[in-house]
Amino acid sequence: MGAIARAWSRSWDSDIAYAFRHSPTAVISAMVALVCIVGAVAAPVLAPYNPFDLASLDLMDAFNPPAFMEEGSMAHPIGTDDQGRDVLSAIMYGARMSLFVGVSATAFALLLGVLLGLLAGYAGGTVDAVLMRIADVQLTFPNILIALLVDGVARAALPRDLHDQIAVYVVIFAIGISDWPRFARTVRGSAMVERNKEYVLAARVIGIGPARIMLTHVLPNVLGPLLVLATLNLGLAIISEATLSFLGVGLPQTQPSLGTLIRIGNDFLFSGEWWITVFPGVALIAMVLSVNLLGDWLRDALNPRLR
Amino acid sequence: MPAFVLSRILQALPVMLAVAFIAFTLFTFVGDPIATMLGQEFSVAQRDALVAALGLDQPVPVQFLRFIGNALRGEFGLSYRLSRPVSALIAERAPATLELAFCASVVALVVGLPAGVYTGLYPRSIVSRAFLTFSLVGVSLPTFLIGSLLILVFSVWLGWLPSFGRGDTVQLGWWSTGFLTASGLKALILPSITLGLFQLTLILRLVRSEMLEVMRSDYVKFARARGLRDSAIHFGHALRNTLVPVITIVGLQLGSIIAFSIVTETVFQWPGMGLLFIQSVSSADIPVMAAYLLLISAVFVTINLVVDLLYYAVDPRLRAGGGH
Repeated sequence: MGAIARAWSRSWDSDIAYAFRHSPTAVISAMVALVCIVGAVAAPVLAPYNPFDLASLDLMDAFNPPAFMEEGSMAHPIGTDDQGRDVLSAIMYGARMSLFVGVSATAFALLLGVLLGLLAGYAGGTVDAVLMRIADVQLTFPNILIALLVDGVARAALPRDLHDQIAVYVVIFAIGISDWPRFARTVRGSAMVERNKEYVLAARVIGIGPARIMLTHVLPNVLGPLLVLATLNLGLAIISEATLSFLGVGLPQTQPSLGTLIRIGNDFLFSGEWWITVFPGVALIAMVLSVNLLGDWLRDALNPRLR
Repeated sequence: MPAFVLSRILQALPVMLAVAFIAFTLFTFVGDPIATMLGQEFSVAQRDALVAALGLDQPVPVQFLRFIGNALRGEFGLSYRLSRPVSALIAERAPATLELAFCASVVALVVGLPAGVYTGLYPRSIVSRAFLTFSLVGVSLPTFLIGSLLILVFSVWLGWLPSFGRGDTVQLGWWSTGFLTASGLKALILPSITLGLFQLTLILRLVRSEMLEVMRSDYVKFARARGLRDSAIHFGHALRNTLVPVITIVGLQLGSIIAFSIVTETVFQWPGMGLLFIQSVSSADIPVMAAYLLLISAVFVTINLVVDLLYYAVDPRLRAGGGH
């Protein structure tokens, strides 16, 4: 018990926790992000209805407006869509999908970027030149274009039913592959600096292999910047996924994300059922904005020059 | 100067070749063009004739060279989806996208530049804070959502502006323009704002930070000590020196505007290249995808090249320092 209390008080008193407590932006965005994440992850438990349970759908409930409007009811606090699905529940399940794809794509980009960055920085020479040239070329083009292209190729190369089955992983791969260069560049720069330091030389002299040097000596030095990049990238990845799904080339309709919901709702904008689009949009903004603000704050908090 | 230009062009060439190779790989190895073009029933002789006509019996390097030769002449074959020449499809759609990109850039510059100057000069005023909050929201909002919300407010609720298409267009030779009719101009407003908003916030933030920095510099203090009027200091000295990075970013962003028009064109059903591309992606129409990929890359590489050269022209240090 004492150890936990001590660990708690140590982290409570640390610089970063102090900076966090004294930044209203950070506290508020952390709370919003927490609400989004809990609502998304625990959707099967917390959501009032299961939007995928066809038996519970009733077309008589279709196009119910939100509770605060006339004809709205508290049974569906922010209304229902064209098939009588509860919008709030659909948003929670959709956010779950968006978050899953965003986190997986970021993790994939992080892993690929760290590996290739370490390789480029430590090996140097031709390997470095080739890898960084690829990264340069890729950075010239907007991420969304690369993700679209990868997705399009997968669509053409895979048989149709196979593609539909693994659509989620195709999207994760497409977004992850478009985001790796930034991670790789950060890691590479730091690997090049550390490589020539004396402690690395000492480690090499006592016979430690390059892989272990990279992982135990070089990588810890970049964890801060990597964490910031990953946080900011999470927001971008969620937007990329939503954009792909909105364009109709992302997740299939059977596994809707927030982008898919917005796309579906778009068809009903003109007939006045605005809540089917607007509320998923608000959820998306809340999630992305809070993650971005946290990332910004983290970047400033970890930057010793700004303290 | 010529050495610098030459080295930049030499750097751009491998990029284009790499992209061409990717496009070629797509074109040749993804999907089966023979099956797509012949349909269900065909004889072996027909098949062999088509293979020979398309050059698919040649070695791969020869095919690649032929692909580049065709691409240089603007020939990308037939679209699988529409059975029309890809080059004609793209030429038909290009004016819509280019006009939209132009208007979006104008919106971004005309609003972003003055707003950036103002927030840089008066960082503590309420208006500046409002602009900055707005720009943060602008960066975080996905483009398609901005488009949807604009449609909801201005087309559905207020009924002021059209929500899809280009309105009436006038044909000038092969170029169809929406600039000459009232409905064409009205149709441009919402898509231009949607597409330009991200660049607008980018320009605003960039000009602001540059202005903040320049206003602290010695030569501005000196200009003030000389007793110059505020307007002369702000515009003659400060703004002028912030323009170099602004030109660079605006130039580089032009490519992004054209690429991001994919999203805006989908939201507003704008009949441009982006909509064509997204339709091709969802129906795996490889020739159109390959052609669009090459075209966009050419645009990006050209813009990067021009910006590099502009830098060289604007920044005397590059000229003196041997061009690196």
